[in-house]
Amino acid sequence: MDVNEKAKQLLEAGTVQAVAGFQTGTRGVRRPVFIRRAEDTGRLVFDPGCRHNLAQYATRTPVKRLGRLALTLRPSGIRALLQLMAERQIQEPDVLALAVDPDGQVTELATAEAMEAHLALTADPVPADDQALLDRLDRMTRAERWGFWQNELSRCIKCYACRSSCPMCYCGQCTMDCNRPQWVPPPSHGLGNLEYHMVRAMHLAGRCVRCGDCGRACPVGIPIHLLTFHTEAAVQAQFGQRAGASAKLDYALSTFRPDDQETFIR
Amino acid sequence: MTDTFEPKITAFVCNWCTYAGADLTGTSRIKYPSNVRVLRLPCTGRIDFMLLAKAFARGADGIIISGCHPNDCHYTSGNYHARRRWMVYRNLMDFMGIDTARITFSWVSAAEGAKWAELVSEVTTKLRAMGPYTEYQELALAGVE
Amino acid sequence: MANLYQLSSTSLDALFAALLDDGRRILAPTDRDGHSELNPVQTPADVARDCLQTTLSAKGAVFPKVEQLLGYSLAPGQVQLADPERRAEPTVLFGIRPCEAAGFQALDAVFNWGTRDAFFNARMASLAVIGMSCTRSDEACFCTSVGGGPGATRGSDILLTPTAGGYLAEVLSDRGRAIQALAPELFSPAPADADQAVLLAQVPVAFDQPALTAQLPALFDSPLWEEQALRCVGCGACAFVCPTCVCFDIQEEGDKQGGRRLRTWDACGFSQFTLHASGHNPRPTQAARWRQRVYHKFSIYPDRYGQLGCVGCGKCTRACPVDMNLREHLLQASQAQAQAQAQAQR
Repeated sequence: MDVNEKAKQLLEAGTVQAVAGFQTGTRGVRRPVFIRRAEDTGRLVFDPGCRHNLAQYATRTPVKRLGRLALTLRPSGIRALLQLMAERQIQEPDVLALAVDPDGQVTELATAEAMEAHLALTADPVPADDQALLDRLDRMTRAERWGFWQNELSRCIKCYACRSSCPMCYCGQCTMDCNRPQWVPPPSHGLGNLEYHMVRAMHLAGRCVRCGDCGRACPVGIPIHLLTFHTEAAVQAQFGQRAGASAKLDYALSTFRPDDQETFIR
Repeated sequence: MTDTFEPKITAFVCNWCTYAGADLTGTSRIKYPSNVRVLRLPCTGRIDFMLLAKAFARGADGIIISGCHPNDCHYTSGNYHARRRWMVYRNLMDFMGIDTARITFSWVSAAEGAKWAELVSEVTTKLRAMGPYTEYQELALAGVE
Repeated sequence: MANLYQLSSTSLDALFAALLDDGRRILAPTDRDGHSELNPVQTPADVARDCLQTTLSAKGAVFPKVEQLLGYSLAPGQVQLADPERRAEPTVLFGIRPCEAAGFQALDAVFNWGTRDAFFNARMASLAVIGMSCTRSDEACFCTSVGGGPGATRGSDILLTPTAGGYLAEVLSDRGRAIQALAPELFSPAPADADQAVLLAQVPVAFDQPALTAQLPALFDSPLWEEQALRCVGCGACAFVCPTCVCFDIQEEGDKQGGRRLRTWDACGFSQFTLHASGHNPRPTQAARWRQRVYHKFSIYPDRYGQLGCVGCGKCTRACPVDMNLREHLLQASQAQAQAQAQAQR
């Protein structure tokens, strides 16, 4: 069954009150849409152009008020739902994951268990061009990396599209907007940009589900997702813990092992 | 000009081990460079990673972070959490091009007065050779019209 | 036309050289790692070919994303104020689109309403605009629906229109004439049969803006806004890329040695934009904030300043992570009242 048929079925049966999916927008781009009526399900599409991680809407009040939500998701979206459950931001009965395979066929995943099992069978490597850029950065010297990031971050305008698009950035009042004290400077100057992205990467370490939405959202084209991708990979390599693997919280920065290995502490 | 450069080092240390250890260095009359400004926290677990970034932004040329040895934390597990945090943050800093060679992490206990002196001396000598962290300090002024 | 000239493509090199010799900085669309940005250029070769629009607007030339308003240093018993030089570098914006050029008037309406903003005015006084007409448009554009057009002259001192072998050049203002006077030999009279209109892009009018503006007060409580705002993620991309958006925040940075006061861009889409110190937020939902964006541009601006707060450039649509297409939303809004009436009649 494809997304249109599945959405129609779910809405007609009242299994869900809304389906978060994609429709075609300006200049052919795919954009999020929330279908509430069975007769509108014809608008839904799901193809390689559908990249947004719709799980970010599962924590938003206007969307939650629509009722039980089905979401058409890529593996990163399913990981996001599991991580949100682990962090107690959403509850299993409130969402229904619709995993769409490359042929467009939909699998319903109603429980965390089903989602975990599905993910275990789905390969979802880092996209090739992202991996190529990560590898290129790894091969650079420290000074070259500084030059790279300063060049990129100088374009940042602090629009917070990255933060607003991230399913894991659900805090109603982000710590970086706090002004008593103003810990991270809001202006988009050198320090303001560096500190913001540094804090964001650290707050996502061990929580990033690698959807890449932050990088795609950036209006000035900074590959900001590489910071969180890199940090996530580092956490996985160092501690064996991964975001979005399970609905049971296993957060690297609130846990430890007495024998954690490092090479730099004297 | 570089002969007269004296690095400014900010040290974040825990009250129960390293701070006491540094105190012992003093009472033992062991000399060590005065480039270090010591900031006392109850535990390394309290050290927010942003404190390091702020230290560089304020003109530190180098940073020392030191606390109780694993298994000896006064609060049992603070230093384990700190270690995890440093492993992630140091990796991120290096990825973003921040000079992690300017940051030294160590475990110095209350009895290790000599180790503290040795540590500070070594770090000071190293930083004197590396020069001021102008790259970061220039960033602190960049991007304003 | 008396002020219509032609310029050959090759004479642009000489024009740029004349401008630089005159001590002016030239900002033009450039291609930087695949992104279209306004940057200082030295020659026409540095200017991006085939750039429909830059991502960010030209407002940064007169209203930078971060600007120092004042600085101070502290010593025992004294405070030294450093009034920054109003860094109004003589600047020529080259190649910006008619829609962006039209935006300066909307900025001026706010920056000179009551208090005259010295920083904005200093930069505007040192600015000249050589605009470039549009020979193509895309689905995000709607200049013709808001009183503009692909060849509109408002805001430009000289407007170029690409033609065979070069450009038609309309010299529109004293500043334009001053630029022409730097190298008058480059400007030859345009042929009598020069027809600018046929060279321009076709941008069909999408909606009746005066009718929409008249309807907006009645639509304030419409469920339409919540519906449109469902996918909005509440970032500031639309406000920041917009040529007419002017909201700003003032930040103080300082310590015991000194500090500075900075002005930075702000956006009404941010959830804390209208958050009061009491904790009350008069625009607590994204729907309220989205509605305010539309109303500010299409209802409040006309009321207060006698002009629209939107130039139909479409930058917001292109920059938006979730394709909030402003033209589409406005068209839907303009049909809302008629639809509601038809519904009521059934």
